[in-house]
Amino acid sequence: MNEGLRSELSKQGVFTTTLQELYNWGRSNSVWPLNFGLACCAIEMIAASMARFDISRFGSEVFRPSPRQADLMIVAGTVTKKMAPLVVRLYNQMPAPKYVIAMGACAISGGPFKQGYNVLKGIDRYLPVDVHIPGCPPRPEALLHALITLQEKMRGEPLAGPAPARHADPSAPGEYPVPAYGPYDLTPAKNDELWRPAPLPRGE
Amino acid sequence: MGRATNMTEQTQSYLFLAVLLGVAVAFPLVMLGVARLWATVYSPAKPGPAKAAPYECGLESTGDAWVQLRSGYYLYAIVFLIFDVEALLLLPFAVAFTSLPVGAFVAILVFLLLLVEGLVWAWQKGVLEWN
Ligand code: SF4
Repeated sequence: MNEGLRSELSKQGVFTTTLQELYNWGRSNSVWPLNFGLACCAIEMIAASMARFDISRFGSEVFRPSPRQADLMIVAGTVTKKMAPLVVRLYNQMPAPKYVIAMGACAISGGPFKQGYNVLKGIDRYLPVDVHIPGCPPRPEALLHALITLQEKMRGEPLAGPAPARHADPSAPGEYPVPAYGPYDLTPAKNDELWRPAPLPRGE
Repeated sequence: MGRATNMTEQTQSYLFLAVLLGVAVAFPLVMLGVARLWATVYSPAKPGPAKAAPYECGLESTGDAWVQLRSGYYLYAIVFLIFDVEALLLLPFAVAFTSLPVGAFVAILVFLLLLVEGLVWAWQKGVLEWN
């Protein structure tokens, strides 16, 4: 059905939809986050789930204590190198469709601890991050905004066709390699399929 | 004639049970079937070793889940029962103490004696010694 006929029909009071839109509408309105926080940003995440900011207005108040029931991983806080394998493993244990929000400067880049020896410089080195939230810490409104952005992304995801959503794509990996925490660093230091360092401009 | 109407009334009054049963069976079957169909068409299964592993807060699980407790712990259970049940029954006994007939008083004493006997047995066995 083309858009013209559709808007014509809706003017007449007939609402039409597709199976895909119905499905995406349903799941984007009940995104259940995984119940875990890593550092100070988690406090803002907790604030977002409480009465004043009330994340349940967007259908995401059901923080699940088990990855088996969660749709969304909010990486809220500093990902230390010791914690990174656990975070990746938790992501792997979530059932598809699953999404990741990197919340705060630490989760997206290492933040204030970027120069430190023990902090991962961004969880997007190992996981496919859907929404990044800058800030140290981001306010709860920022998390809500990220959630709404994610919902918009979910609503636009095609289930079939040339470029389907990650979970509907048979060739997309179901698991990402869990790095090993060694005596010096994480191995591998990054997932090359997900993250490549920005090219360094050399002086001419 | 009268008998026949009776029969239909009876079968009808049980008919709704059959309908309820049918709905109760069909509803979850339809739900599961649709979910299954959706999964095969739109959501290819991607199992993996980490996904199938037991969830332990992101850590790899170590050891066996089938730990055994020492059967010797039954003694603690018994001694606990002595003190716990005794305390429970002693309270109403103490409340009603002044108005109890002699028979009831003796019965309670026998009961207490049985428990104390158990305590003495446990004591002699060395259960109360913590090591
Ligand atoms: S971004 Fe700032 S507030 Fe958030 S975890 Fe890092 S240091 Fe804490």
